[in-house]
Amino acid sequence: MSAIDRKRRRGRAPRGLARHALVWILGSFIVVPLLYAVLSGFKSTGDLTDDPFGLPSPWQVSNYTGILGSGDFWRQVGNSVMIAAATALITVAVSALAAFAFARYAFRGREAFFTLFAVGLMFPPAVAVLPLFVLLRTLGLLDNPLGVVLPQAAFALPMTIIILRGFFRTIPGDLEEAAIIDGCGRFAFFWRILLPMARPAIGTVSVLAIVTSWNNFFLPLLVFTNPRWHTIPVGIQQFQGQYSTNYALVFAYIVLAMIPALAFYAVAERQLIGGLTAGATKG
Amino acid sequence: MTLSSTSTSPKPTAPPRGGPPPRRRSARGRRLRGWFATTWFLVPALLVFVLFVLFPIAIALYTSFFRWGGFGWPEDFVGLDNFRELFADPVFRGDLWRGLVLVVLSVGVQLPFALGTAVLLNQRMRGRAVYRAVFFAPYILSEVIAGVLFGMIFLPGSGLADALIEDVPLVGGLAGTWFSDPGTALPTLFAVMTWKYFGFHMMIYLAGLQGIPKEVLEAAAIDGAGPWERFRHVTLPLLAPTLRISVFLSVIGAIQLFDLVWVTTGGGPTHSTETMAVSMFQFGFQRYQMGYASAISVVMFAISLVFSLLYQRFALRRDLQGAMTSTGGAR
Repeated sequence: MSAIDRKRRRGRAPRGLARHALVWILGSFIVVPLLYAVLSGFKSTGDLTDDPFGLPSPWQVSNYTGILGSGDFWRQVGNSVMIAAATALITVAVSALAAFAFARYAFRGREAFFTLFAVGLMFPPAVAVLPLFVLLRTLGLLDNPLGVVLPQAAFALPMTIIILRGFFRTIPGDLEEAAIIDGCGRFAFFWRILLPMARPAIGTVSVLAIVTSWNNFFLPLLVFTNPRWHTIPVGIQQFQGQYSTNYALVFAYIVLAMIPALAFYAVAERQLIGGLTAGATKG
Repeated sequence: MTLSSTSTSPKPTAPPRGGPPPRRRSARGRRLRGWFATTWFLVPALLVFVLFVLFPIAIALYTSFFRWGGFGWPEDFVGLDNFRELFADPVFRGDLWRGLVLVVLSVGVQLPFALGTAVLLNQRMRGRAVYRAVFFAPYILSEVIAGVLFGMIFLPGSGLADALIEDVPLVGGLAGTWFSDPGTALPTLFAVMTWKYFGFHMMIYLAGLQGIPKEVLEAAAIDGAGPWERFRHVTLPLLAPTLRISVFLSVIGAIQLFDLVWVTTGGGPTHSTETMAVSMFQFGFQRYQMGYASAISVVMFAISLVFSLLYQRFALRRDLQGAMTSTGGAR
């Protein structure tokens, strides 16, 4: 017995080492491009093409400081923040109401309504982008943040409703009956008792809505022709078009654009992973 | 707030379920009132959803029957001509073919790779949480960032990729090709897609793996099953629902692929990376053939719908309802 144990233990260290080595090799494919971007941002474009591997030989911060000093970058960050926040707010408010009805009441047509929303999961937003543009133009919502916020919220609805419905169902019915006996109406129950209890689920769906909105490119590209409204992804694309040969500067720009997303990920990792995996593992 | 009328009445007659019926109201009226009190909650969601999701699809369907430049009201009705032209167009048929190639590559290469990584990271090891976070990080970044980054990395001549392989035998010949050669552009695009998305699939596999009871694997081990057999006959079947969702998201994502392509190649060189969504954008917003572009939208919609329905019917049937809730952020 003990001999086997010892043997096994001896085998474990190299295997663990091999495992780490494998993870490091895989990880380098992820990290090297990102690191390359960070370092390249500190170079001049001439240095970058001469010596793509080396450390920046004078570390040049002017690329980064120049972008941070310009109003464009900050305005795009501001637009992205505002649009993401508004999208999350509308998505959550509207879906929570619907999920409440779906989760807690039996009414005629419930399944039909629910199927209607579930259909939304079946096709990607890109399908609707062109007619959406036509619609927004008719409504006068081009170059208007609402023209991005409302469609984004609409496309986020199905998922949000399904996640929230699942969560609302776990809250015992006794609680509602008790509240109603105490003179609490439906909406008051929803607003004062259910929503506060659902804070974790609401956190999850908000984070999902924010990340999706933050990275959205297709719709803002069509809706915002005025640079005043450009969000970060559209801004990056424009910037690259403008400075296409100044590689180092473009690297600096995308590195700076990565920071808010990565920082948000660091803060909201649990909600994000929870939300993404919530449905996928339920099966 | 039509509801406040119900909620402020402080009697036990107010609750929608049970309770004696109010005296002077007919049962029918009461039921209707209850129905409205509930469906009221759905109204905002329905409005937003119908207006910005369902209605645009109806618009696309309508305008796809017209030759229309996109301005004013479509008047030149052409029936199914747009669709006929579309399917006769070698570029669009190429779009369909490339979409299929990307789906096959995603399901056949990217997902197994993600599964391998998930199994690797599911072992107990130091720094596991950090590794996971690193692998997932690209998913958080927008497609535009990934696209611009790799556009410059694969830049012929001066990019990192060329510098790395230039002097390496066998692959050295790849230098200078990547996105600029029609033969290598699609595989290069797929490599970037894998970089961007495999972490997402890895993450949902990890969640699935954690849901597999240790006892089952231990029981299999006691019965003499080796690591491969345990993986093949225990882990894999138990992970099947997660795998099915991940395949679904991967396919839907490939159908609508736009951002990455648009930023890296714009569909070129010579259409070698063009997807349906890119074609749609070019026809709709650069050549102002909105009717024709709408037809592309409709085809994309039809493909997603048919695929979703068939997939749900045949592959997801056994899984619990509500399993389709993961984002296609993965799109």
